[in-house]
Amino acid sequence: MKGVRMPRTQVYNAVTERLEILDTSGAVDEDLMPDLDSDRIRKIYCDMVQMRAMDEKALKLQRQGRMGTWPPIKGQEAIQAGVAHAMQQDDWLIPAFREHGIMLLRGVPGHLIYAYWAGDERGSAYPDGVRVFPVAVPVGSQWQHGTGVGLSLKLRGEKAAAVTLGGDGSTSEGDFHEAMNCAGVFQTNSVFVIQNNQWAISIPLHRQTAAETLAQKAHAYGIPGIQVDGNDVFAVYSATAEALDRARSGGGPTLIEAVTYRLGDHTTADDASRYRKDEEVAKWEQRDPILRLRQYLESHGLWDEDQEQVQQEQAQAWVDEQVAALESMPPQDPSEIFTHMYADLPPHLAEQMAEVLEEVGS
Amino acid sequence: MSAAEISVAEGNTSGVTERLTIAQAVRDAMRDEMDRDPSVVVLGEDVGVDGGVFRATDGLIERFGSDRVIDTPLAESAIIGMSVGMAATGMRPIAEIQFMGFVYPAINQLLGHASRMRNRTRGQLTVPMVVRMPFGGGIHPPEHHSESYETLFLNSPGFKVVVPSNPFDAKGLLTAAIRDDDPVLFMEPKRIYRAFRDQVPIDPYTVPIGTAAVAHEGDDVTLISWGAMVRVCLDAAEMMAREDISIEVVDLRTLNPLDRETMLTSVERTGRAVVVHEAPRTNGFGGEIAALIGEHLLLQLEAPVQRVTGFDVIFPAAKNEKLYLPTRDRIAKAIRKTLEF
Repeated sequence: MKGVRMPRTQVYNAVTERLEILDTSGAVDEDLMPDLDSDRIRKIYCDMVQMRAMDEKALKLQRQGRMGTWPPIKGQEAIQAGVAHAMQQDDWLIPAFREHGIMLLRGVPGHLIYAYWAGDERGSAYPDGVRVFPVAVPVGSQWQHGTGVGLSLKLRGEKAAAVTLGGDGSTSEGDFHEAMNCAGVFQTNSVFVIQNNQWAISIPLHRQTAAETLAQKAHAYGIPGIQVDGNDVFAVYSATAEALDRARSGGGPTLIEAVTYRLGDHTTADDASRYRKDEEVAKWEQRDPILRLRQYLESHGLWDEDQEQVQQEQAQAWVDEQVAALESMPPQDPSEIFTHMYADLPPHLAEQMAEVLEEVGS
Repeated sequence: MSAAEISVAEGNTSGVTERLTIAQAVRDAMRDEMDRDPSVVVLGEDVGVDGGVFRATDGLIERFGSDRVIDTPLAESAIIGMSVGMAATGMRPIAEIQFMGFVYPAINQLLGHASRMRNRTRGQLTVPMVVRMPFGGGIHPPEHHSESYETLFLNSPGFKVVVPSNPFDAKGLLTAAIRDDDPVLFMEPKRIYRAFRDQVPIDPYTVPIGTAAVAHEGDDVTLISWGAMVRVCLDAAEMMAREDISIEVVDLRTLNPLDRETMLTSVERTGRAVVVHEAPRTNGFGGEIAALIGEHLLLQLEAPVQRVTGFDVIFPAAKNEKLYLPTRDRIAKAIRKTLEF
């Protein structure tokens, strides 16, 4: 019999793009600039300043014993402000645990964010109408909820999207894979944003994955993926807005990798100097997303030293109000550890609750 | 709630019944609730076109379409994780884990989120979802298809755990589970999915979660069980009756929250109790039941509480599964032990 020729053929070929709009000197590519007016850009800046103030205050409170373990967001403000500003009223936010900034911008009161990390469950009881999931501590588990919410929105015909955030470390979890895979299969109304801050406690990105980027993983799920400079708020905004448009209009999910850097420790219980060099941190401090946006505003005549002074003072005053609100929360009733377990209190819990109430004499 | 709905909820149905297996009763409960409530959806592996590997979702995709009967990728954690997201945003998902032996990948989503969302948010975000899981041995399958893992979930607060043992309860309990505002783990005794038929009302009705039933009345010894083992207990009761030993069988039906009253009332009267379950003995739910009986009825007991259970071993492969599963004879032996104490 005569042989046949069967050359190997290419069955798939992929390119992953990176988007940058604002450079480290504060200059922008005008062609790529999203449609944001000066007031909006100033607002984004003020939001980032407020996040930083909230974060710094929490670290101080923790050292004074007035706050529990706190995971700082310092350095990641552009992602959180950029994504929040691209979202609309009806969109859902599904955070992991380093998302205080975006949670704030999506309507979670600052004092409740503090309350959660100070060890009070009422910190996750958001006001009615706030479409934000509570903090998800089990790493990567929240990606699955983002797919589920996106599917729920799609099936119920809501013109809204589910925006899920998580860290680079969480992309190593099986749940990340399952969530992206299912989002692709069901074409859910989901946008997934990886805050790639390059460190998962002590493990650098190259020990999480041999892949060059996290954005390229989208190809394996048949969904669009893009990498953005996560310290460039315009790039984050622009990529998110595009992804949200697609999600809301039935175009399916998107994976966005926003490359940033965790300027602080993993949490207040961590000492990052054990595993990374000061020079590396110093290098990234030069790329601080807040400084970068301020340079943009100043070079465009949209901001000056006086405005900066006012904004810093306002942010401080706001933070002080949140701390006052936190510390004036009455203690929870001891019964509350039982009463929210089920819609109705079952008999065995009523019995155990009585035991506790007798113990504390209430 | 309209008068009609109240009467249906209480089980005052048209009176028309049909003879159904447990598998059919499970399907009918889902079908009726999906008819009634558009937020109810079914999702899982092979639940759609195939109608479920046990045919428990047979015909649902034809009736409701693939947006409400969702064949998922083969990913247990995603099935539960997506359900959490769906349930928290206005839907009532009924998730199927094809066999309870495959629930491990979903444990993080179940214990980490499903059971905690209400408490975590002080009631602001709740997850009304049902997780259906065929469980238990006796069908000679490959490894991982025979496990009874209820203990995992009974020591994990935040779930309701429901286990029917017959077609009537299967439909009524599943209907109640779907309408429940908390996550309900619904364990289906696969060994008796099609073992027998019962008269089941064709209208929707509920069997309240948290209520046990006396499956067989008797005076001498109380057998306490759930799921497929209830049938074995009834066999044992019949066998003992030939020796003039009168056995009461309590079918717990719900393991959390437990109907202590029905169980304790029976044991108080008989003074003797044998707990029968398929799960391994050590730290199994039988231990908890024995402790409760001890706490409440120590002086009324005529004998120590006996346990007839699976052994503390990996569930044996098909050829040896009969060594593991409680049998009528093992139960009879335990009954005699309580009588001869």
